[in-house]
Amino acid sequence: MTIFKCILLGFLIVCAIAASLSKKLLNTILIFMSYSLVMSIIWIILESPDLAITEAAVGAGVTTVLFLVTLKKINAIIKKEEEKEEKEKKEEREERGEAANE
Amino acid sequence: MSKRISDEEYQKTLSFRFRQWLDGTRDPYLGNVEMKKQETFRESAQEKTEREKERRRLKEKVYDLENNLEVRIFNRFYKVFSVLFCIFLVAMLLVAVSDLPLHGKADNPVNNEVAERYIEKGMQETGAVNIVTGMILDYRAFDTLGESHVLFVATCTVLILLRSDRKGDKEEEENNDRIHEPKNDIILQTVAKILVPPIFIFGIYIILAGHLGPGGGFSGGAVIGAGLILYLNAFGFAKTEKFFTAKTYRRMSFCALACYSIAKSYSFYTGANHIESVIPLGTPGAILSSGLILILNICVGIVVAGTMYTFYVMFRKGNY
Repeated sequence: MTIFKCILLGFLIVCAIAASLSKKLLNTILIFMSYSLVMSIIWIILESPDLAITEAAVGAGVTTVLFLVTLKKINAIIKKEEEKEEKEKKEEREERGEAANE
Repeated sequence: MSKRISDEEYQKTLSFRFRQWLDGTRDPYLGNVEMKKQETFRESAQEKTEREKERRRLKEKVYDLENNLEVRIFNRFYKVFSVLFCIFLVAMLLVAVSDLPLHGKADNPVNNEVAERYIEKGMQETGAVNIVTGMILDYRAFDTLGESHVLFVATCTVLILLRSDRKGDKEEEENNDRIHEPKNDIILQTVAKILVPPIFIFGIYIILAGHLGPGGGFSGGAVIGAGLILYLNAFGFAKTEKFFTAKTYRRMSFCALACYSIAKSYSFYTGANHIESVIPLGTPGAILSSGLILILNICVGIVVAGTMYTFYVMFRKGNY
């Protein structure tokens, strides 16, 4: 059991550091969600199931959904195809700009 | 929580007259008072050049980063001092932690008569098998009342910030898939059909059995709110608005908070004045037991579920 606890706690620390260091906001949110899930398991091990239920529902569920909606609203989630299209558009614009300058 | 109304309607309201009185444009004894408007700021060309010259001089003297000795010294020692400060702070906190009493010792200040009484007499006095619920909804019910009001205030703030009364093109809104997404996703709808009823039942179970086992109003309400969000995502706003609108939320949270406040004021009044309470505690373990705790759990659950759902709707659409 102690080994299991140590693994969970280590995962928690790794998650916390990774969430602050990862460059993509979407990855940060997913790591944060897994942090909450592991935290809820730790609450069960510490014999407080009340907190475990709340952590799983609020931390891993509702907060993540709210974060994702916010990211969608501020256009932080871009699909790969869209990214390519945007790059092409930019290049086109630059070419056009150069042509106009000449 | 309020909608924008036209100017003519606004001039009839009480708040407009209060505003007039506050601004001083209308006096209750003198009638309408004319106010002078503030003059716009003007300056002559000479003043302008002088001001610009002064500003340039300031820039040259203070913000000249290469020749300013003080700025150079500051820049050089800034990083060193920030690292030193961090180390100092961490060391101070670690010393403070090492001074704390050991975890789980018998003579710790945590193990005082309050905790002893809660553990020994909690079940007799509150009637709740779950000692945590007995504490937060009976001994410390006033704290929980404040907590649920905090949730309500948070929703009000989100409504003020994110609510939009704009009545734009309906077609445009339909086509903007950021507002109504995803449209009739079959996988999501099938999963939601299977999952949403168990989620609701589980949430209701957590709320109703809060005094018997782990759970309570807050966690159950959060589960129900998550279920509502899933349902909304699968079937769209048209279906959820049939049973849950801003009006529903307003009435629900008002009723729940008022019920909580009245029930708890009664029990505080009787408890503080040593009057015998009419509410029976019942046998511990039965669903209808432990006095007011079941009712308070339901109230908190309603407030939390509504809050979660309203947060999500305000973030997604801004109106409902």
